[in-house]
Amino acid sequence: MIKYIPRFSRTERVLHWANALGFLFLLATGLILYLPSLSVLVERRPLIKDMHFWGGIGWISLLAIVVVLGDRRGILRTARELERFDHDRLNVGQKINAILMAAFTILFFASGMLLWYGERDTRFHFASTVVLHDGLMFVALGLFVGHLYLAVLHPATRHSLRGMTLGSVREDWARVHYPRWVSDTEKVPDTRSAR
Amino acid sequence: MADQPEPRRYGRGLFVVTVAGGLSSLAWGKAAWSHVSGVVSPIAGDIAPILPTQGWRIYTVSDHMPTFDPATWQLKVGGLVETPTTLTYAHLRALPRVEQISTFHCVTGWTVPNVHWAGVRLKDVFDLVRPLPNAGALQFVSAEIPYVDYLTMREALLRDVMLAYEMDGKPLPREHGAPLRLVIPDMYGYKNVKWLAGINLVPQAEDGYWEQLGYDRDAWVGRSNGYSS
Repeated sequence: MIKYIPRFSRTERVLHWANALGFLFLLATGLILYLPSLSVLVERRPLIKDMHFWGGIGWISLLAIVVVLGDRRGILRTARELERFDHDRLNVGQKINAILMAAFTILFFASGMLLWYGERDTRFHFASTVVLHDGLMFVALGLFVGHLYLAVLHPATRHSLRGMTLGSVREDWARVHYPRWVSDTEKVPDTRSAR
Repeated sequence: MADQPEPRRYGRGLFVVTVAGGLSSLAWGKAAWSHVSGVVSPIAGDIAPILPTQGWRIYTVSDHMPTFDPATWQLKVGGLVETPTTLTYAHLRALPRVEQISTFHCVTGWTVPNVHWAGVRLKDVFDLVRPLPNAGALQFVSAEIPYVDYLTMREALLRDVMLAYEMDGKPLPREHGAPLRLVIPDMYGYKNVKWLAGINLVPQAEDGYWEQLGYDRDAWVGRSNGYSS
């Protein structure tokens, strides 16, 4: 009989998918604004700009709502896990990806607000704002593609997607990929909240 | 058995360095990017479909870009002139042709070097309409309503100001203002009115579309809109 063990809490999963949803929406609307071929195909630039701007506000708001209403202690516990670059519940690559995406979220928001406000008050115009915003897009897109490949396509790792959708993974799979985490979980009863 | 050493705590440091590096790039990002695009420029054309490292962004203020029909398009030149004139596309193409290579600067920070333009000088249009002595500026009216902008007579007669109908060896593409746009390389792109439908000579320059939203009327590259170089 296949045994499953809990991997990601409900709050972690909601936070992950809220982030993914916001990122994909902003990537799609941002590419329409950025790539001439898509700008010509779609037109309606003022509408797409509004969607991109309000999508950014919605993205940050959604993340804040999940943090406020979710398991804040659990989120702090996860943040402490990210602090240590060792292979326990998450491997080092996953930790670096999560940290960079969190930092990029702040930078996307700051540079996006500067682009928006700089259009209304030229004192907030900086020649490099657009470079930062676009450069972040390229790096974040690279991270996203790698993340997507490992989570959906790569045979050895794609089972991890179950952890982020249903919250649990096969114990035998976890023993191979996260042996220390499984062993720690067995030693100490799991106190992780299901929230 | 000895305890394993405590793993190094790098997470917060990586987060802080990334955020701080990103924010500080507001000061050095453009210079660094210019250097990078200079290095990749030999292959920029090949990788453009997947990684556009340099090039245009298409900015519009209305929902749909105007469509060009050579059979019906007209450029109305009027206002403070002796001979108000309506140019058809054929008339326009019959005027003396000039070419130039210049750099296009957008006020938002991106730049396109070495754009090859072909078109006509405003002086040749003035020869047709003969401005009155009290004409001090030109109002450029776009078919993209409500976009307008202004140049003074002195600015309009600068050496490399032109009405361009070709870009990089081809008729001006729709997204770049077909069939005719203003080109003034010394000023930011918002002064380079696309989809020209009319030119009115007026006593003095006023605020154009973006200037009414706070941008500088004299949009000199590197010397306006909060930039100084």
